[in-house]
Amino acid sequence: MSARALVHGRAAGPVLRLDDPLSFWGGFDSASGKVIDRFHPQHGACLSGAILLMERGRGSSSGASVLAEAIRLGTAPAAILLLDPDAIIATGALVAQMLYGIDCPVVAMNDRSDWQALAARARITIEAGPDAVRITEPA
Amino acid sequence: MELTEDDQALLDGRHGPAAADAMGLVLRFAEAVGATRLIACDSAHVDGCLYHGQASLDFVERFVALGGRVRVPTTLNVGSVDLIHPELFIGDPALGAAGQRLMQAHVELGCTPSFTCAPYQTLLRPRFGDQLAWAESNAIVFANSVIGARTNRYGDFIDLACALSGRVPDYGLHRAENRRAGVIVEIHGFENAGPDQAGGVAVAAGLSVGRACGDTIAAITGLPARTSEDDLKALGAAAASAGSVAMFHAVGLTPEAPDLAAATGGRDVPVVARLGPAEVSAILASLCTVADGAALTAVALGTPHFSLGEFDRLMPLLDLEPFSVPVYVNTGRHEWERLVGDGRAARLEAAGVTVVVDTCTYVTAIIRDLSGAVMTNSGKWAYYAPGNLGVDVAFGTLAETMLSARAGRVARA
Repeated sequence: MSARALVHGRAAGPVLRLDDPLSFWGGFDSASGKVIDRFHPQHGACLSGAILLMERGRGSSSGASVLAEAIRLGTAPAAILLLDPDAIIATGALVAQMLYGIDCPVVAMNDRSDWQALAARARITIEAGPDAVRITEPA
Repeated sequence: MELTEDDQALLDGRHGPAAADAMGLVLRFAEAVGATRLIACDSAHVDGCLYHGQASLDFVERFVALGGRVRVPTTLNVGSVDLIHPELFIGDPALGAAGQRLMQAHVELGCTPSFTCAPYQTLLRPRFGDQLAWAESNAIVFANSVIGARTNRYGDFIDLACALSGRVPDYGLHRAENRRAGVIVEIHGFENAGPDQAGGVAVAAGLSVGRACGDTIAAITGLPARTSEDDLKALGAAAASAGSVAMFHAVGLTPEAPDLAAATGGRDVPVVARLGPAEVSAILASLCTVADGAALTAVALGTPHFSLGEFDRLMPLLDLEPFSVPVYVNTGRHEWERLVGDGRAARLEAAGVTVVVDTCTYVTAIIRDLSGAVMTNSGKWAYYAPGNLGVDVAFGTLAETMLSARAGRVARA
C-alpha cells in the first residue's frame, strides 16, 4: 500500500468515510465536532475521534484555523486519510501539533482502490512517519 | 528538499527562535505540496486577523512571545473590528475583544496595520514578477492577474510563517509554466459598454469563470474597452468567490495576456463559456434573492475595499440624496485618511453614507437593520452575505445601487 504522510503522528479509531469533500470553514463546527454544511450528505455527523476518509479538501483556507481549533478542543477527527494531498488540511494539523503537541496525522493515499479498501474497515491504526506510513487493523 | 545556506541558518535559529519555528512550518508545508525548494519572498499579505477561535490567537501569541518580527514587507487583511470607529461593532463584546487583540498582536510582529483586503491599491503595490506569499482570495487573483506578480492561494498560518521566515515554497503559480490559460471564456456584445455597465459585465464574467473553470486559469476575451482596474478587481473577487480561482487573463488588458496566444502559451485550449447580453443578465439576476421593486434596508459597497477611483465615481451620485436607507462603504484606512484630508469624508457623512474601515460588512456585525434586502454592486458581497448574515440580497451596478438607496427599493437604471 502506497501512502505519503503530510503530517506525522499516530492515531487509532473507527473509520468514517465522507461521501463528498467537506470545507472545515463553514462546513464543520469546532465546538461540537459535527458537520454543519446543510448541503453535505452527512450533515449532522460527528467526526470527533474518527479516522476520517475524504477524497480531497475543499473551500476556504480558513479551514486550517477551524481544524486547528477542533484539534485543540478534542473535537477533531483522530486522523485524516485523503486521496489527493491538501495543503489547507495539512496546515491545520501541523499548526495544532506545533502549538498543542496533539497529533492528527494526515495521509495522502496514492491509489483509489487502497483508499476504498480502508474505507470498508471498521477500525484502523495509523503510524505516519517520515519514511513510511503503517496502517493496520486491530486484531 | 534542497536547502540553501540561508535556509539552514534560519532553521538553526541564527535569525532567532521565531524565524526558526516559522521556517519549520514553511518546510513541512512545502513537503505537503510537493515543492522541492524555497525561494525568496518579496512581500506577504496576512489574513490572520479574523478570529476563528483560540487557536488563531495562540498561533500569533507564540511568535510574539518568541520575539518574532516579519522579515519582508507585510500587510494585514481585514479584522473583525473597525479600530478607527469601534462603535460600529454590534456583536458579542468578548469576540470583539479577542478580535482586537488578534489585530494588535500582528502589529507587534511588525506587520503594517493596513487591515484591508486591497493592499495593492494605495499601500503595497507589488511589481511585475515579484514572488509573494499572499492570502485573501481577491488580493491573490489581483496580484497574479492584474499586476503579474506571483503567488499561490496562501492562507491561514502559512502566510505569516512565510513573512516571518522570508521564504516561500517554489511551486504552482510561482513558476512561469503554470501561469498559462487552460480554457477560454468568450464575451460578446459589450465592446462599447460604458463604465457603469462594464462593472456589471466584469462581475458576470468573474462568476462565470469561477463556476466553469474551477482552478484552471481562464483567458477572457471580449471585455469592454472601458473595463477599469476596479472592474478587474471586481471580476477577480467574484471569480474567487464562485470557484478556486487564483488567476485569470483578460486578453488585451492584463500584463501576461497582450493577445490570446500569449495567454495560452500558444496551445489550443477549449472555450468553456460564451456570454452575450442574455447570459450576462441571467448570471447577474442569479445573484438576487429578491425581485426588482423589493424593499431595501441598506446598500453595501466596497467589497473588496473601495478605491479612491471608485469614490470619484460615487461622489457625483451623492446628488441623488436624500437616501431612504443607510449606505455603507468599506475601504482601507489609508484611503479614509485621504478622504478626510480632501473633505470628501465630510461630504459622505453629510449625505448619510457610513464609511467602514479595517473590516467588511459581510464578515462582521455592522449593518444594523437586516430585516429587508441589502443591495450591492459587489459579486463577492452578494455571493457570501446571504450565508454569513442570513440576509436577502439584490445586485446592481453602482448607479443602480444609489438610485435604489434613494428609492428605498430595488430600482434599475
